Amino acid sequence: MSDQKTEHVDTPTLLEGDPDTTGHSWDGIQEFNNPLPRWWLWTLYACIVWAVIYTILYPAWPLINGATPGLLGFSTRANVAEDIQRFENMNADIRTRITEVELAAITPDGNPDLYNYAIQGGAATFATFCSQCHGSGAAGVQASGYPNLLDDDWLWGGTIDDIHYTISHGIRNEDDLDARYSQMTAFEGILSDEEIASVVQYVRNISGQEADAVLAAAGETVYLDNCAACHLDDGTGDRFMGAPNLTDAIWLYGGSEAAIEYTVRNARFGIMPPWSAEASSAGRLSEAEVRSVAVYVHSLGGGE
Amino acid sequence: MALEGHAKIETNATLLLTLSFLVVTVGGIVEIAPLFYLENTIEDVDGMRPYSPLELAGREIYVREGCYVCHSQMIRPMRDEVERYGHYSLAAESQYDHPFQWGSKRTGPDLARVGGRYSDSWHVDHFTLPQSVVPESVMPAYAYLADTVLQPTYITDLMETHRMVGVPYTDEMIENARLDFIQQATDFGDGGVVERYPGAQQRDFDGQPEVTEMDALIAYMQMLGTLVDFSTFAPEEALASR
Repeated sequence: MSDQKTEHVDTPTLLEGDPDTTGHSWDGIQEFNNPLPRWWLWTLYACIVWAVIYTILYPAWPLINGATPGLLGFSTRANVAEDIQRFENMNADIRTRITEVELAAITPDGNPDLYNYAIQGGAATFATFCSQCHGSGAAGVQASGYPNLLDDDWLWGGTIDDIHYTISHGIRNEDDLDARYSQMTAFEGILSDEEIASVVQYVRNISGQEADAVLAAAGETVYLDNCAACHLDDGTGDRFMGAPNLTDAIWLYGGSEAAIEYTVRNARFGIMPPWSAEASSAGRLSEAEVRSVAVYVHSLGGGE
Repeated sequence: MALEGHAKIETNATLLLTLSFLVVTVGGIVEIAPLFYLENTIEDVDGMRPYSPLELAGREIYVREGCYVCHSQMIRPMRDEVERYGHYSLAAESQYDHPFQWGSKRTGPDLARVGGRYSDSWHVDHFTLPQSVVPESVMPAYAYLADTVLQPTYITDLMETHRMVGVPYTDEMIENARLDFIQQATDFGDGGVVERYPGAQQRDFDGQPEVTEMDALIAYMQMLGTLVDFSTFAPEEALASR
């Protein structure tokens, strides 16, 4: 076909020194057969040879039941396990000591090296796992149910052992049977609207806020009958029940009339997940990490 | 010379077509054949199960809202990722995903193991206004999810579609789909959801009586990465036993 076509068009004459043509001729257009540069060709050949070598050394060819493992025995999963183990070993000594020593003994004076490790490590762990609720500065979220960890007002206790327990097991979660647990009654339907209005004023009064004196006086009986079992007669709360102190200016869900009324009517049910390795199926934190965070939180200002 | 042979191919349409097909076939085999071996890469693990109807609906919302654009669901086997997010993701964990949500970019954190990490009310607050709990966040608000009541109208169809592409939903699961869908988002029920979908969490996720999109999405969030029992997982044996 090409031969027939070339008869009808002028074939350009090859000049002295021109390379051969590829032999195609389409409508008289021919193509020089310029060879590829040597360096390029050899690079290509080297790549092909390397590809073959690579598939021999590393996992590559699919077979019936899996792939060829490669002569080097490379495995990403083995690598990460090894990498993690290497760092575990580097920290093994100090981590073991942190888990063995009394929590209360991890102080700047008692065990300065452990204390320093716990504060640095605990801060990193806090930023990764705790800051989403308690804030990156540990100040919580005001009036939203995420407690401030910087002050000395503790719902479940502020000693380092209390803090350690709370971090390990969490609060009111379904994942850990040892989680701290209590449930405030929702008084909607139990107390009348008048009683709720009066007890709200009473709580405003004992916390030193502006309150209606008449209603507050009437609210005292309602309070003593319904609330004092957990929040105590004087309103200072009971850490065993996780019942907040109502006489201070610190409010977990807000101290406005509307917020207190909502709490009385519907109750609040703050949940914290458990973080210890055995309490959570996903294995969140090691005991050394839980202890480090406990030391860190305890050191923030309000620790007892 | 080889070039003469070339001319022969180029001047013979049938031969050119046949040989072109052969060349393309090589590329095709290289790209397609590994897919026949996909099963080989799925580890043998305890605990994986298909998504419950409510979780599946939550997953649809996750896809609809384009969460994968900013969040990955793939913890890579690297020390930093394992320390931050938990055990690296397994192929087995996305075996019922159609389509998978591995993602390719993290503006937000990886979500492969977000389940159980935060409380339901945190999720409600966070979806409603992310900056209310994480002031540094650039995530947009999804408050409208709580306003949209979700009906299980198409859930049976959706599960049947997933069954067509290989998700092992049983007839019993499909028959009970609408009931399970409603019950999982309530605090009461006959326990059928947990029986059919072991490890499923059943409660009123968003604190509202109706089943909303918020319920479904939180149900999905709270189960992510929680199913596999890692106490019985050994990386090498899990693959070798296939």
